[in-house]
Amino acid sequence: MAEIRSLRDAVAGLVHSGDTVAMEGFTHLIPFAAAHEMIRQRVTDLTLVRMTPDVIYDQLIGMGAARKLVFSWGGNPGVGSLHRFRDAVENGWPRPLELDEHSHAGMANRYVAGASRLPFAVLRGYRGSDLPSRSATISTVVCPFTGEELAAVAAINPDVTVIHAQRADRDGNVQLWGLVGVQKEAALAASRVLVTVEEIVDDLTPAPGAVVLPSWTVDAVALAPNGAHPSYAAGYTVRDNGFYQSWDAVSRDRDAFLRWMDENVLEEAR
Amino acid sequence: MTWTSDELMTVNAARALAGARTCFVGIGLPSAAANLARRTIEPGLVLIYESGTLGSKPSRLPLSIGDGELADTADAVVSVPEIFNYWLQAGRIDVGFLGAAQVDRYANVNTTVIDRGPGRPEGRLPGAGGAPEIAASCGKVLLVLRHSPRNLVGELDFVTTVGHGDGPGSRARLGLPGAGPVAVITDLGIMRPDPETAELTLTDVHPGTTAGQAVAATGWPLAVAGDLRVTEPPTEAELTALRRLAQGAPDA
Repeated sequence: MAEIRSLRDAVAGLVHSGDTVAMEGFTHLIPFAAAHEMIRQRVTDLTLVRMTPDVIYDQLIGMGAARKLVFSWGGNPGVGSLHRFRDAVENGWPRPLELDEHSHAGMANRYVAGASRLPFAVLRGYRGSDLPSRSATISTVVCPFTGEELAAVAAINPDVTVIHAQRADRDGNVQLWGLVGVQKEAALAASRVLVTVEEIVDDLTPAPGAVVLPSWTVDAVALAPNGAHPSYAAGYTVRDNGFYQSWDAVSRDRDAFLRWMDENVLEEAR
Repeated sequence: MTWTSDELMTVNAARALAGARTCFVGIGLPSAAANLARRTIEPGLVLIYESGTLGSKPSRLPLSIGDGELADTADAVVSVPEIFNYWLQAGRIDVGFLGAAQVDRYANVNTTVIDRGPGRPEGRLPGAGGAPEIAASCGKVLLVLRHSPRNLVGELDFVTTVGHGDGPGSRARLGLPGAGPVAVITDLGIMRPDPETAELTLTDVHPGTTAGQAVAATGWPLAVAGDLRVTEPPTEAELTALRRLAQGAPDA
């Protein structure tokens, strides 16, 4: 059963240095508040898993929290590059970053295999691409029924998955809706699950298209209103496109980035 | 009316969607073109975004593929594994519309790394995203990018996404179900694969552009079609709709 905890306690209890951590949310419901708490607690040496690293991993990578990144598209959506990600990959700053790189279809299926507790997933993918030459988690398998050769991708089973949702009830049942991305699969693939929410309510009234994660699939729920900012939570907040645009200038320069993190993330701990 | 070369590119990219029923839309230039098509030539076009939206009808141009309005206006919202497995891989989508960093003469695409020469680290690009499987499984593929020798190169530094591989018959040998790229729309004109060689050939130039300019801006010796056409100038309706979109103004 999920425990309702403070974000500080939940991160301290569930996210450890050296872990493989998936923080999902496809543009929507990205768990920024939890990432900032991880940065404040100096969690490090992480293998970070996420389809779209986005600004959330640009921040973790720039602060030196990651040793490896597993991903499929590393840009600032609609804006340009993730400069901290690029600086780590191209120049090893603040530390080298090992990569395992996939396509979206491959990553989505890796989570499906992980949630299903299968060793791998099958898809028609990567045909003719150079991507398999750089990844140890892409191979091929021959269909025993038709003889067709298909791509096989290794399951992802994170030590901990962190997601943000609209709300939970007092028993820790979690409800999210809108673009639900790959969060259900990422949560069910993990050993431990931490969910931050906009609101804790007495009753979860049904919402169209909502995903419910029963309390017994979640370890901790932490209240974090606006905890997806600059991403958003449908029904509560809107995507702060201006922030994503302004991140380009902040993140281009190492000192400007460190200053921003100091003033906007680390300051809270003092 | 006057127009910019970028407007020529987007207007012609939108026109290329005439007759399409469903389109898997990449962010950036493809999204602008697909949204323009829905306001001009193909009002019933079903826009599908990899964030899991089927039939999005945004009133403004979204910045990301996950802006809330894409979900709010969709016929259905599904998970990311579902959009790739049940909808894309199953062959339900007519046209895949992609941007690119580097394209070669067979319309293969690199969005992964740029070789910056000896002694320098590879330049990092965003990566594959949905492109390899979009280009494999959609009925056909459109590419849109600006025309320059940096973008249209003799040899790719990395093959992220296969267009026509190493020429005729490549897609069949690789087992790629869709027809692959049928047009590359740029700010100078339109290139299409030659039916015999599969090599991209300049078939159209935009008004005010010469074939020589396009050849000079291409990193391989670009073939020019014998019956080279000039694209129709943008209409007032197209330009008005595009400028309203670009300004983020709601649908008229």
